[in-house]
Amino acid sequence: MQFGLTETQQLLKNSARDFFPAECPMAEVRRIMEIDGAYDVMLWRLLAEHGWTGMIFDEEHGGMGLGLVEMAVAAEEMGRILLPGPYFSTVFLAGALLNALPKNTGRNACATAICEGRERATVALLEESARWDTGGVRMQVVDGRLTGRKLFVPDASAAECLLAIVRAGDELAITQVHNAASGVSIRAMPSIDRTRHLYAVDFDQVEVEILATGDEAQRALDRAMDIATVALAAEMVGGMERITEIAVDYAKTRKQFGKPIGQFQAIQHQCADMLLLTESSRSAAYYAAWALQENAPDARTAVSVAKSYASEAYREAGNRAIQVHGGMGFTWENDLHLYYRRAKASEIAFGDAAFHRERIARMVIDA
Amino acid sequence: MDLNYTAAEQKFRDELRAWLADHAPQDWTGRKAPGRSMEEHFAYLRAWQKRVYEGGWAGISWPRQCGGRGATVIEQVIFTEEMARASAPPLANVLGLALIGPTIIAHGTAAQKERFLTKILSAEEIWCQGFSEPNAGSDLASLLTEARPDGSDFIVNGQKVWTSYGWAADWCELVVRTDPAAPKHKGLTVLLIDMRSPGVEVRPLRQMTGESEFNEVFFRDVRVPAANVLGAVNNGWNVALGTLMHERATLGAGLHIVYSRQFQRLVKLAHSIDRNGAPAARDPVVRQKLAQIYAEIEIMRLNQMRSISRISQSGAPGPEGSIQKIFWSELNQRFQQVAQEVLGPFAQLEKGSEFAFDDGQWAYSYLRARGNTIEAGTSEIQRNIIGHFVLGLPRSY
Repeated sequence: MQFGLTETQQLLKNSARDFFPAECPMAEVRRIMEIDGAYDVMLWRLLAEHGWTGMIFDEEHGGMGLGLVEMAVAAEEMGRILLPGPYFSTVFLAGALLNALPKNTGRNACATAICEGRERATVALLEESARWDTGGVRMQVVDGRLTGRKLFVPDASAAECLLAIVRAGDELAITQVHNAASGVSIRAMPSIDRTRHLYAVDFDQVEVEILATGDEAQRALDRAMDIATVALAAEMVGGMERITEIAVDYAKTRKQFGKPIGQFQAIQHQCADMLLLTESSRSAAYYAAWALQENAPDARTAVSVAKSYASEAYREAGNRAIQVHGGMGFTWENDLHLYYRRAKASEIAFGDAAFHRERIARMVIDA
Repeated sequence: MDLNYTAAEQKFRDELRAWLADHAPQDWTGRKAPGRSMEEHFAYLRAWQKRVYEGGWAGISWPRQCGGRGATVIEQVIFTEEMARASAPPLANVLGLALIGPTIIAHGTAAQKERFLTKILSAEEIWCQGFSEPNAGSDLASLLTEARPDGSDFIVNGQKVWTSYGWAADWCELVVRTDPAAPKHKGLTVLLIDMRSPGVEVRPLRQMTGESEFNEVFFRDVRVPAANVLGAVNNGWNVALGTLMHERATLGAGLHIVYSRQFQRLVKLAHSIDRNGAPAARDPVVRQKLAQIYAEIEIMRLNQMRSISRISQSGAPGPEGSIQKIFWSELNQRFQQVAQEVLGPFAQLEKGSEFAFDDGQWAYSYLRARGNTIEAGTSEIQRNIIGHFVLGLPRSY
């Protein structure tokens, strides 16, 4: 039993730790977040050249075929620097869904295009009910055409490939739509996380390709949502770790009453709590990644444990980091609010703590 | 990262499980048997430890030359898990096995090891720790119990408090002040003191639960031979700190199994308790709260696994133990509160009420949990330790 990174996982972590802060420092994050879709062509090219866009795809599509613990390692490092734009929805969300689908021409082409850095993708799931389970999916595909509205679609303006979760009659269906297809219109939903943008996507008689239906679609979506949820939980750990460092550094240098404020226990205890929240979230996220990779019997519960805990932990760590900074923490100039915003958006994405606690209840109380 | 157990670890687990199936007592109910006095209860635990010792399973983490098995830290966790899984009684000499024995192994002379270690393993001699004092709790290093040299002996005077197993102990790892002029951390020494020495008086200290787990111990002109100094004179702080690190690292090891069991029991009760005309287990608020406790127990287990993995690579428990201590103690308080809410008015019933669930277990656990954030280093002290030793913030005192 070894609950730590292997040598190759540690190497991956080190190279991510070198790459991301160097190629996307906070000044870049602030610049890129003002662009529509927070999508920067140059940054994307670099991500592709260094293999990040292909990390979880099979080698036959030009990917690296890495496992889910490796995915968690990379996500954590991306979360540390608040990597902006469509990477997460392209690789960890749409990518996970493509991987979970049976192979066919359309799916394969999209996977290859993502690996090579030519295309971005996203998943359109939520509708007006804003439910994270498929019970809220009403939109119908009729005769291969889609009409209706999807909401909260991440990074849609940057994505060439939209994977829309819809219904074919009563059955769930996963469809592939080209963003540029006629009848697709996209509007921004300006929201709290400035580094990852949300969109409303309207479909009017849009021609789509059906990739899977029924149980096959449900299974693929369940798997993809679990994987994306774990990636998000790991990303949140990276964010928590970073804001803990920022707060601790500030507490060591900021002086009041002639002493560094970090000498006061009221401040020390806030910092200690941030560490506890971070490390506990990390244990849960890595276990969930491992359990999903190994198809452990408790994998789905582990995903919900990780997401429910991280959802509240990141927000709480953000509260403490800002509190430690006092007035400076409340300024636009200070980076903390960008993390605080990301924490809230991440808390909501793929189901908040209450959503995942109900999922746990179904698995451990009703079982 | 690989959470599967190795073949060697699995073999260790299988052997232990087989041994426990043959040897664990069948009449252990999980708590003190009704009608048994404290002394009879303790004699029972002592006999159980003797059996464990004879089977070669006592002090497994100790080196082979000291009577242990040189078990890895992962095997130690397996041991704790299997003992809990078999519902085996605790070992009588828990402080000797987990804390004081390892400290003697680290700092003791050859003669001290020869004299004490085997009898710790066999529970022939029970140990307690004399650390806290009425005016030295969190600020342990300010303790006042003094040991004055007198020929080749020390004369000890002072008072200790919160001494677990004081009433049952034959020996005590006692921290005393030997140099009142030195800075407070530098003038301390650890003595191994015979609790039957003239001048030692043990009084029960009744807790809010009504039990007396702890004692006050008074020392009046107690004579201790200098041969019983553990480590060097005036180096007692370092010796004691080693014990405290072991305490934080090991105290929580099997707790996740204990909590899990209790959680499963609570879920079972929640299916039969009425809440607004339906089983409590179907109430959305109850479900949220139970799921939160489940998640936290699981995270406690995972934190433990990570910390064990780190120890198995670095060799020694470190200040991360403080995170574990905060986590399990605060979790248990939240857990017991949730249990009270789920069980409703029956939750308050104590042992002796014919209407109580589980013989009053839940009222007891609720009160007992209140002590968790105080014993073995308060949550505040643990947060200070994290702030200073892990995060590198300046010392506040």
